Amino acid sequence: MTNINILKPTRDNFQTYLYIGLTLILISIFDVVLRSFFNFNFSTFLPGILNLFLPLIIGLVGLQMIRLEYSGNKIIDKINQSVNNNPFNAGLTLLIIFLTLLATPPALNWMIFEATISGDTKEACAASEGACWTYIKVWFRRFIYGMYPNDFHWRINTAFIFLIAFAFVGYFMKGKLKNYITFYYAILYPIIAFIIINFLISGGSFGLEWVETNAWGGLSLTFIVSFFGLIFCFPLGMILALGRRSELPVIRYISIGYIEFWRGVPLITVLFMSSVMFPMFLPSDAFVDKLIRVIAAIILFEAAYVAEVIRGGLQALPRGQYDAAKSLGMGYWRMQIFVILPQALKLVIPGIANTFLALVKDTPLIFVVGLSEVVGMLQMAKTNPKWLGFAMEGYIFASILFWAICYAMSRYSQYLELKYKTDR
Amino acid sequence: MSAIIQMKEVNKWFGDFQVLKDINLEVGEKQKIVVCGPSGSGKSTLIRCINRLEEHQKGQIIVDGNELSEKTKDIEKIRAEVGMVFQQFNLFPHLSILDNCTLAPIWVKKTPKKKAEELAMRQLEQVQIADQASKFPGQLSGGQQQRAALARALCMEPKIMLFDEPTSALDPEMIKEVLDAMVNLAKAGMTMIVVTHEMGFAKEVADEVVFMDEGMIVERAKTSDFFANPKNERTKLFLSQIL
Repeated sequence: MTNINILKPTRDNFQTYLYIGLTLILISIFDVVLRSFFNFNFSTFLPGILNLFLPLIIGLVGLQMIRLEYSGNKIIDKINQSVNNNPFNAGLTLLIIFLTLLATPPALNWMIFEATISGDTKEACAASEGACWTYIKVWFRRFIYGMYPNDFHWRINTAFIFLIAFAFVGYFMKGKLKNYITFYYAILYPIIAFIIINFLISGGSFGLEWVETNAWGGLSLTFIVSFFGLIFCFPLGMILALGRRSELPVIRYISIGYIEFWRGVPLITVLFMSSVMFPMFLPSDAFVDKLIRVIAAIILFEAAYVAEVIRGGLQALPRGQYDAAKSLGMGYWRMQIFVILPQALKLVIPGIANTFLALVKDTPLIFVVGLSEVVGMLQMAKTNPKWLGFAMEGYIFASILFWAICYAMSRYSQYLELKYKTDR
Repeated sequence: MSAIIQMKEVNKWFGDFQVLKDINLEVGEKQKIVVCGPSGSGKSTLIRCINRLEEHQKGQIIVDGNELSEKTKDIEKIRAEVGMVFQQFNLFPHLSILDNCTLAPIWVKKTPKKKAEELAMRQLEQVQIADQASKFPGQLSGGQQQRAALARALCMEPKIMLFDEPTSALDPEMIKEVLDAMVNLAKAGMTMIVVTHEMGFAKEVADEVVFMDEGMIVERAKTSDFFANPKNERTKLFLSQIL
């Protein structure tokens, strides 16, 4: 016990302890940096295991020596409160710092210093041990546009520019037009989007050559599937959520049945059914494009999840809100639209964002019906005989893409939460 | 004086529990009635039946010539004429005070927005919170919120006002500002049914006091008689506890 007490600072000797403690911590970090970046270890004379854990021990002693409540130094107080409040946390902190330091040099070497990006064949990468970004470079267009003909890539670009432009129309709707903003986004915009994609990307009229949906792919297909998935599953989910809480038994049981059915089956089987089984039930001359069938399947599937999320919000509202709306003479729909839904939806923004992120990340599953969005294209590139052996680069690339998309969505949902926060 | 609200032999059950037993009550136009009684006596349920927030199972309720039943079409129209103020205010927290007041006039009564806003500002001035119009309910004190709720109900220009323990959720120092607003409303000639424990308020404005216990109307009397010489034993006991 006395040993530990020696390491325990008091208010009188804290200044000295602080200097010694900080020096020890710096030494321990310095040791790890030397080991990982310069491959130099100054304690090799120690027996193996002690040598391995030396920085951890020195660091722990250092942190022990600076652990004093209300030391008078703001930065030290902050450190003590958040990462150094007991020996276990101190150890974890050091361990994480050290592991990060140890992992950094190999990761940087692989990704940057020894990586290759020049040339346009596999042979360019043969010389080095690092990542082969040449592979990504060569396949980049495929990852973005799929098997869509190279000459027509401008059509996809133009279509997306239009989609984004029309998405911002709402900001310019002022005055009287403002009343139609919901109508625009809920009904008009999806129609416009469909027309744009139909004429520009699909083609077949206005002198634009028809490109069948089998050729669509890559990131642009991810966007198309997610986009239509998101804008349609939300209103459908909303109606189902209201339906499940309806006082009319028929509507309630239909909603419950729908939700429980779609929540109970895996998405992959739904996609498979939409592609393989569904056409069997249609008359032989009827034809619905595979992509449309797949998107419809995703919408129907995700709507069940959205419905349950929204129902959670509806149930969180106190009964008084219904009473107040009714007592003012509002009927069912007015009450839902103006009083209940705005509050419920605000409550479930995090849950909705969750569901939407899951939807975006579920899109790669459409490979089961032969559609290749970005991960599907990756799969294709990976198994190309000329480019075997670069799966790692491909998956890192896809991870970065998906992370960027999902992080943007996540930030947007946080922005919405703040925007609609009215309780204070 | 014609009766604007008539309740005849009204019975209501929650499951097996009977909350209202053979309620007979008539309220004339411009009459002010205070309903009091111990908690659980069915006072709130009684007035919630008047705008059909609760459904009665037996008997007849006639509001302004319309009978309330499952067959009643346009229950919304009747509710629009009956304003209500709740114990928990029940303002819409996602809307500003002004929007709270204009929502129903605009979307239910189809009042033009400008006119609805003018009316709302007049009502908010009446209850002396016009300066809070652009704030959200969460930013107001309890007393201010309850006055805003009163203004919101009045914006529908109702013929009858129901109050369900309007001051029970308030801090003592805020009770007076709400009661003052209610007294002003009473003086302006509104038909009012008030469930409250504020006997001072009852003495000041009520024409009649109704005492309820265990789902029955035990005693109904002119205000002065009610306080001076209550007839029923239970009324006497209640008054001795509350006064």
